[in-house]
Amino acid sequence: MGRYLLRRLLQLIPVFIGTTFFIFVLVWAVPGDPFAGKCGDRRCPDAYVDFMTDKYKLDQNIFVQYGSYMKNLLQGDFGETFGGRSINEIVVNAYPNTLKLALVALAVEALIGLTAGVLTGLKRNGFLDNLVLVSTLFLIALPTFVTGFVLQWLLGVKWGIAPVTVSSDVSFTELLVPGFVLGSTSMAYIARLARTSIAENRRGDYVRTAIAKGLPMRRVVGVHLLRNSMIPVITFLGTDLGALMGGSVVTEGIFNINGIGREVFRAIITKEGATVVSIVVILVLVYLLMNLLIDLLYAALDPRIRYE
Amino acid sequence: MRVSKRASAVALGAAVALVAAGCGSGDSGGDSPAKTDGAIVIDGSQPEVGLVPANTTETGGGAIIDYLWTGLVEYPNEQGANPKLAVAESIDTKDSKVYTIKIKKGTKFHDGTEVKAESFVKAWNWSAYSPNGAQNSSFFSDIQGFEDVQSVDPDDDGPKKAPEPKAKEMSGLKVVDDHTFEVTLGSPFSIFPTKLGYSAFYPMPDAFFTQGADAFGKKPIGNGPWKFVSWQDNVEIKLTRNDDYTAGDKGKIKDVTVKLYQDAGAAYNDLQAGNLDFQQQVPTSALAGAKYKTDLSDRYIDVPNAATALIAFPFYDKRFQNADLRRAVSLAVDRQSISDKIFSGSRKPADSWANPLTPGAKSGNCTSCSYNPEEAKALLAKAGGFQGEMVFYYNADASHKEWMEAVAQSVKNTLGIEARAEGVPTFAVFRQQINAKQMKGPYRAAWSQDYPDVENWIGPLYVTGGSSNDGSYSNPEVDRLYKEATSAPTVDAAHAKFAEAVTFVDKDTPSIPIYFYGQQSGFSDKIKKPELNVKGEIDLESVELK
Amino acid sequence: MSDPTVGSMATTPPAEQPTVAGGTAPPDSGLPANAKRDQPRGLLGDAWMDLRRKPLFWISASIILLFLVMAAFPSLFTSVDPTQGDLARSRVEPSGDAWFGYDVQGRDVYARVIYGARASILVAVLATLGTVLIGGAIGILSGFWGGWVDALLSRVADVFFGLPFVLGAIVILTTFNKPGSGNSYVKIVSLVLFSLIILGWPVSMRIMRSSVLATKQADYIMAARALGAGSGRIIMKHLLPNTLAPLLVYSTILVGSFIGAEATLSFLGVGLQSPVVSWGVMISETRDWVRVSPFLLFFPATFLVIAVLAFVMLGEAVREALDPKLR
Repeated sequence: MGRYLLRRLLQLIPVFIGTTFFIFVLVWAVPGDPFAGKCGDRRCPDAYVDFMTDKYKLDQNIFVQYGSYMKNLLQGDFGETFGGRSINEIVVNAYPNTLKLALVALAVEALIGLTAGVLTGLKRNGFLDNLVLVSTLFLIALPTFVTGFVLQWLLGVKWGIAPVTVSSDVSFTELLVPGFVLGSTSMAYIARLARTSIAENRRGDYVRTAIAKGLPMRRVVGVHLLRNSMIPVITFLGTDLGALMGGSVVTEGIFNINGIGREVFRAIITKEGATVVSIVVILVLVYLLMNLLIDLLYAALDPRIRYE
Repeated sequence: MRVSKRASAVALGAAVALVAAGCGSGDSGGDSPAKTDGAIVIDGSQPEVGLVPANTTETGGGAIIDYLWTGLVEYPNEQGANPKLAVAESIDTKDSKVYTIKIKKGTKFHDGTEVKAESFVKAWNWSAYSPNGAQNSSFFSDIQGFEDVQSVDPDDDGPKKAPEPKAKEMSGLKVVDDHTFEVTLGSPFSIFPTKLGYSAFYPMPDAFFTQGADAFGKKPIGNGPWKFVSWQDNVEIKLTRNDDYTAGDKGKIKDVTVKLYQDAGAAYNDLQAGNLDFQQQVPTSALAGAKYKTDLSDRYIDVPNAATALIAFPFYDKRFQNADLRRAVSLAVDRQSISDKIFSGSRKPADSWANPLTPGAKSGNCTSCSYNPEEAKALLAKAGGFQGEMVFYYNADASHKEWMEAVAQSVKNTLGIEARAEGVPTFAVFRQQINAKQMKGPYRAAWSQDYPDVENWIGPLYVTGGSSNDGSYSNPEVDRLYKEATSAPTVDAAHAKFAEAVTFVDKDTPSIPIYFYGQQSGFSDKIKKPELNVKGEIDLESVELK
Repeated sequence: MSDPTVGSMATTPPAEQPTVAGGTAPPDSGLPANAKRDQPRGLLGDAWMDLRRKPLFWISASIILLFLVMAAFPSLFTSVDPTQGDLARSRVEPSGDAWFGYDVQGRDVYARVIYGARASILVAVLATLGTVLIGGAIGILSGFWGGWVDALLSRVADVFFGLPFVLGAIVILTTFNKPGSGNSYVKIVSLVLFSLIILGWPVSMRIMRSSVLATKQADYIMAARALGAGSGRIIMKHLLPNTLAPLLVYSTILVGSFIGAEATLSFLGVGLQSPVVSWGVMISETRDWVRVSPFLLFFPATFLVIAVLAFVMLGEAVREALDPKLR
């Protein structure tokens, strides 16, 4: 186990280098001159374009650019945006907010999705089963801007029971509504995955055995059934954390959360290589660690899964 | 809707006169005495770059800079009014070429140092000097010696550095004494004093030159009625009243928080919930069906804006070189329906070449701006029809899809040719294609004046080689009349010549004006109805708590 | 964790039939449905027998068929041109003339929903298939072989995972489809598919890998291995039917997500462009009008939900038929 862990952690290094370079190349390949659109419907002064091109070394070839980025990175410096802001500061200020939002979303979708999945898995094809299916599918069909707007308006403006926008402290309670909005598109997956798994395992011998032993139903479901049905759900949740963090731009906008979504979107559109790479690389590290955690969880949930 | 160029939102002449006429000023005489202190929260957006006037071309930072600084001249809130002197005591010229500018004594920067003639001259020289790379440097190109402080990168985008320019300072700027300086222009330009209200011409304190632009931009020091307090990225910028301000009215409230929003919808809901006291532009979703009027009851302001949306033709494409065809397209666009249906009346159909709120502009002088299907079809036939598909291009990263599709549809239905609208992913790609003259069809453009004069609607757009004449339109008559106008001895004489030039533009139809922008602001019930300045920003000095 | 029941009984031993039958049956898919009942059938033949009896299967299959016909021959359902607009009837509510009303540009919403089926179904179904096939195959390999194969494939997946969708899509689509280059419909659709698949496969891969990890230690796999079955045979005959369920469930819902993703691409200006209609684009276009004309959102969203519902139901029926554990 220890060696496995060590090996997985060592794998971070090549992935880190590969990803940074890969993303650097992609941003470089985004079309458009980053400074062509800075002056509105007017050509920017040559002096300005030359100055910026020079300052951010955009006239060097891509390997030189990548080299100098990595050199600074090794000294703990992510560089700065075209607007002159330190990317370290953006990362430090914005990342925790996005991470909190994604965790709340994950918790909300796991809670609602799992509850719905367990209930419907135990009693399939009933009214509840169909209701859950149709309503979660509607949440997929409705774009985030609609769910976000409706909830913000109803809960925040009309009834005044939730904050309209999130304050600069970004507390967990404030994030409940945004978290629901962000997590709503994944609820259908969790509910269905859990339902299927529960329904399958329900027929397992060990459930019959447990029931025959006279264990209370609650314990059978809570301990035996749930635990054995968790693998697909956990896998999906693990992949979803990253997706939620990377895809939070609309939700962050609706609730005015100072997160990485907007920074990364803005940086992609304006070809700000250093910003995109810095933010995305951390995102990739989150995936790697999350997937490592998930792989370890497999072994905990199902002892037959072993890593040598 | 985000206008990515500061100048595009420089809505000079926003009709505060209309506002006053519309609601009357009776409610200002309320029974409770006006409070002299208090705090408000207004909306804003994260400035793209540090708060340095020479580098700021977008609205987010532009608004803050306007609160922090006062220029030589100021544009009054009333639309079409002539600029008035602010920090300047007098601006004199005999030949529209050499201007003597005297400034008021005793006005101070927020750090306590005095605003002197040198504060202007040094700031302008810094902005124009090409190695400093200021985004607004081209505003100084009128001044004599501007070319000498420019240098060109020898290999364009290559790694070689540009050589040092010939001179460090423009020869046309001369400090006479502490409170007087002289500006010599390259050639006579009668509109120059009007230009001086633009933010690129603001003075800078010594601290700017010692700290450098990057450090200064994070903690700016201005000379205006509001002082900078703090800036938390993407969260808020705090300002406070400058009690030592002498160049104009002081504020009636003490503290202003500019809350930085990513999305107008979020700000709008905050406004309705009472967390925000002023929103400059309500979101498109509230404009739809004019919902904001019922949402906010009487707490809104609806005024026109001195900005116009146009569709420009690429003259480098042979298919668009026929004036009859261009007129046919223009006459085929049903502007009234677009205004009513797409914008729910928040934008008005365009009927003139320069926005009518601009001093010197004439309303209704665009003869092809009406919807006339018969004439359009006749002109198309005369032009020999149109081969292939006419694609209208827009940038997909702002909300232009709906009206551009409506334009294409109107052209298609009226002329019976194949027409559709297509989005280009980002504004950067869009502008790059325009700059490289690669547009394959008519494309959207927006123009709003940098300073309130009709000149700004002709020189950059329709004169050969104009800074925004991207479609390469050229007519020697227009060029000749423009030149005569800018060297005219008086502003009125200049305006007459500009009007003459416009008649030639109208015949050629080099672009098609579609709609005039409007501004719909909302405010909370905590404050009295505020005034807007010429750029559409809230006039903070006018704000009073109820 | 020490519960003794878990280890040995986590997965129900499958019904023996497929294992045994798989060993002796002739090629299984071509079996006539009326083959003699006692003749051992292959996995697929078995599934088909099972499916035929399920009303759920027939209902969902006919809805999907209806949508496919709609996608292939939209003119059978409406004679109205979906691109013909007129601002005079902008946002006119549903009536006898136009069942679903008119959109902001004054185009017939019913006609647009019908014509929108083509792009939506085509893109979503093909992208789902691609994602599932590629992700599933890589997931099986990586879960089954483990070791360095797993490490390599998993880390590659992590990198693709980390790519922001917007970045990947903008780069792929603008590189191969320069704005204004007037590429053909087929080429743009394939590029959209390519982007969705290359950015979407890692999730399927993780899900498949997890089921394989949980299943490959089961007794019957061990038994098959002990009997000398090759890896290919174990994967195809034993692992696949027992691990398919989660991926199948995931993929049917994924159809719905892809319909939305296609719209995102169009809105970024890199995907399908007008006059091509799709449900996702119709839904996004309602953005500013939801408050005043909610019917604009209602119709395309309902079609989307019905279509996805049909796929989910079909997936459910197929899964139950295929899954040995539910026999």
